[in-house]
Amino acid sequence: MSETNALSVLQPKDFKGKVDPDWCPGCGDFGVLSSLQRAVSELGLKPHQILTVSGIGCSSNFPGFFNSYGMHTLHGRSLPHASGAKLSNHEMKVIVTGGDGDGYGIGGNHFTHTSRRNLDILYIVMDNQIYGLTTGQVSPTSEVGMTTKSTPHGSTELPFNPMASAITAGATWVARGYTGNVKQLVTLIKAGLEHKGFSLLDVFSPCVTFNKVNTYQFFRPRVQPLEDIEHDSSDWKQGIEKAMVWGDVIHTGVFFETNSRLTLEEQEPVLDEGGPLAYRELGLTTEQNERIVSRMM
Amino acid sequence: MSGFDFVISIGGAAGQGIATPGNILARLFARQGIHMYAYNAYQSIIRGGHSFLTIRASDREIRTHGDVIDLMICLNQDTMDRHLEHLGPNTSVIFNSDTIEPGKAADGVQLCPMAVAELAGKGANKLMQNTVAIAVTCQLLGIEFSALEDVLEFQFSAKGEELVAMNVKVAKAAYDHAAENFQPAPQQAPKSGQPLAVWAGNQAFAMAAAGAGVKFYCAYPMSPSTGILHWMAANARELGIMVRQVEDEISVVCMTVGAAHAGCRSMCATSGGGFALMTEGVGAAAMMEVPIVIVNVQRAGPSTGVPTKTEQGDLWQVLGASQGDFPKLILAPSSPLDAFQTIPEVFNLADKYQLPAIILSDLLISDETSTIDPEILDLQPVIDRGELITEAGEDAGNYERYKFTDSGISPRALPGIPGYEHVVATDEHMPDGVLISDEFTHPHKRRAMLEKRQRKMDGLLADLPPPAIVGDADAEVTLVGWGSTAGVIQEAIGQLAQVGVSVNHLHFKWLVPFHADEANQLLSSCKHTIIVENNYSGLFHRYLRGETGFTVDGHIRKYDGEPFKPHHIVAAVQEQLEGDETLSVPYEKIIV
Repeated sequence: MSETNALSVLQPKDFKGKVDPDWCPGCGDFGVLSSLQRAVSELGLKPHQILTVSGIGCSSNFPGFFNSYGMHTLHGRSLPHASGAKLSNHEMKVIVTGGDGDGYGIGGNHFTHTSRRNLDILYIVMDNQIYGLTTGQVSPTSEVGMTTKSTPHGSTELPFNPMASAITAGATWVARGYTGNVKQLVTLIKAGLEHKGFSLLDVFSPCVTFNKVNTYQFFRPRVQPLEDIEHDSSDWKQGIEKAMVWGDVIHTGVFFETNSRLTLEEQEPVLDEGGPLAYRELGLTTEQNERIVSRMM
Repeated sequence: MSGFDFVISIGGAAGQGIATPGNILARLFARQGIHMYAYNAYQSIIRGGHSFLTIRASDREIRTHGDVIDLMICLNQDTMDRHLEHLGPNTSVIFNSDTIEPGKAADGVQLCPMAVAELAGKGANKLMQNTVAIAVTCQLLGIEFSALEDVLEFQFSAKGEELVAMNVKVAKAAYDHAAENFQPAPQQAPKSGQPLAVWAGNQAFAMAAAGAGVKFYCAYPMSPSTGILHWMAANARELGIMVRQVEDEISVVCMTVGAAHAGCRSMCATSGGGFALMTEGVGAAAMMEVPIVIVNVQRAGPSTGVPTKTEQGDLWQVLGASQGDFPKLILAPSSPLDAFQTIPEVFNLADKYQLPAIILSDLLISDETSTIDPEILDLQPVIDRGELITEAGEDAGNYERYKFTDSGISPRALPGIPGYEHVVATDEHMPDGVLISDEFTHPHKRRAMLEKRQRKMDGLLADLPPPAIVGDADAEVTLVGWGSTAGVIQEAIGQLAQVGVSVNHLHFKWLVPFHADEANQLLSSCKHTIIVENNYSGLFHRYLRGETGFTVDGHIRKYDGEPFKPHHIVAAVQEQLEGDETLSVPYEKIIV
């Protein structure tokens, strides 16, 4: 079922979906899509080896624009669908795509617990700090004071901090990208895909239609790759420290990573041998039947 | 009633170890080949409160805990105070005379005081009173001591030989003391027959699913469904089942859908409150055409309700679960055995028609402990996954996940196969999976895809057996029921026959899709129809009337949390036949 043939490496265009994206011209999500297509191509992956799972929202339309197996699920529920699928077929490369409202708002509970669970999944959040598909309301990552259709007098709630939250919840690879820096983004996606464990990649992906604050012009002078400064990504304290920075400088890059924890798949004896559960033979043996009944006597 | 039919109740506070004597007695009867059914009236408390476990033993198969108590074991004063006055002649009461004062008993009630400290010796465990009570029970029923010794060995061996020996010693002393001091019960246990197996209702659900090939089970603990999770977790590694407890029921159902889409037969279970959280996932499974099985073990609602009490209150919740109009399968099995034998078929149907299946259980079925003939426990049922693509074939590269077909069934390719890449979406979509909800909508395609999904219901209905009347076709009365009430209705019919009232039984298990024409024909042929339901407003009757246009003549309803007893239905039928009454709401005087 899974095979890697180095002689027939696919090109990014081979990962184009059946339809072109319906995002607004200039949307940051285009850069994320093309970066992922480049990353999987460079890693030699095939469409049938990948399962792309999303929730609902502009960025959650992603699986339709990307050639692989896909699940376009419910608002906020991409992570549990992906987790079930991963446990059912742990040989698939599972990539979850979505937005900040989907992942940190309505899906916030799953975000926390999926981080703890440490399944080998890459979660790419296209963070535009606004609800786009519902035409511009405040999101969990909107800044204090931001005026939107639902906060005409400015948002009063502190923005959710995806990096710090993921680190404390137990994610084993936590990074941030910026759709305006494709080179770094491709590198980060590849690293996230190669990391064994739950990887969060939050990507600043400006909404050109509804977010007039956090624009390309806003990010361009502020984003500072952690690769360019002194940062020990194996130290969670440094990761959280960098995550708290928001102002004239906003960090991108790998905030925290560790290989010290086993993935859930590695810890689950049921998956030790026999390949993906999904493809195993169904039903019980006569011996199992007899053993179960004998314990009832 | 001829033959052996004996009811034992054990009362005490939660934490006093009611479960252990209950398990010992259950296994004791089962190993003697005596049929047993146990119902536990308990509260949502870990220590304290009042629990009252009723174990009925019989030489016939039984499906209720009966109408009367023959023997009561009091583990605390509260039990004595609550129940003694309700006991009639030819009954016995066993109690620890060190700590419990007997109340004033009616004539013919044999009080069996046991000085537990003296019998058990200094420093004996408090739980030893349970062993004493069981030993006295065995003596009163004429059960050989060796049979008790055998079960004590089974029950306590995991905790060491010393504990076994101590229990056997105390039991023997109590057994001999009872022989010398108390009269045998009027009924004596029959001599050994073929040993029976013991199971709990939830165990039957879990075993059936394991046999049907479930490889993924997910849950969030919620009474009274948690027993399924416990069995699955205990057996997961041996049977190769992925069992997860996760953050909430939303995650539970979504993981189940994800696992099922990737290829595992997948199930989850919960109670009404958890099911409420799952509802969006029901529609997701229907829209993406992913086969899942959800068990909803109903408890008394609404909201948190009465977590440890039974009710058939969730019918309309499951009928209306999730927005939109979509195909689904809903059924309510009538007993653990019925669930055990039906669940493999439910998985086959869910796979064949690629839709969500909802099994409505309730506390009464799921929490019961009963005996079962081990010979009929076949855990290797027929497994048919329907039109499932598990390896590349001729249509590789041209595959359409939601291909239009006459049956509405589109062959389902599992993720991982080269050439079958596709997206399943909760948005409306075209045969190739491309959405028709966002960039453009298309009324003709929407209609065609909706009709494709709904066509599956025609095939599904044809696969389901039509309802049938059990008993005399010309009976004076027809009792109509659904789900867990089958056992008590059957027993009431037997009792009514003894007093000259002929009653037959029309019971519904398959609820959606519904054989409305057949149901209407049967109902129209009945002389006097009375519907029995464990809810306030006749939820099933409203559904039945909606599907068939048929209105029944009378109603027997109960919604106080306790299940029907046979005599409730007998009295209600007589009341309705004799007078103008069309609604009976029976209840018990004893508060448990």
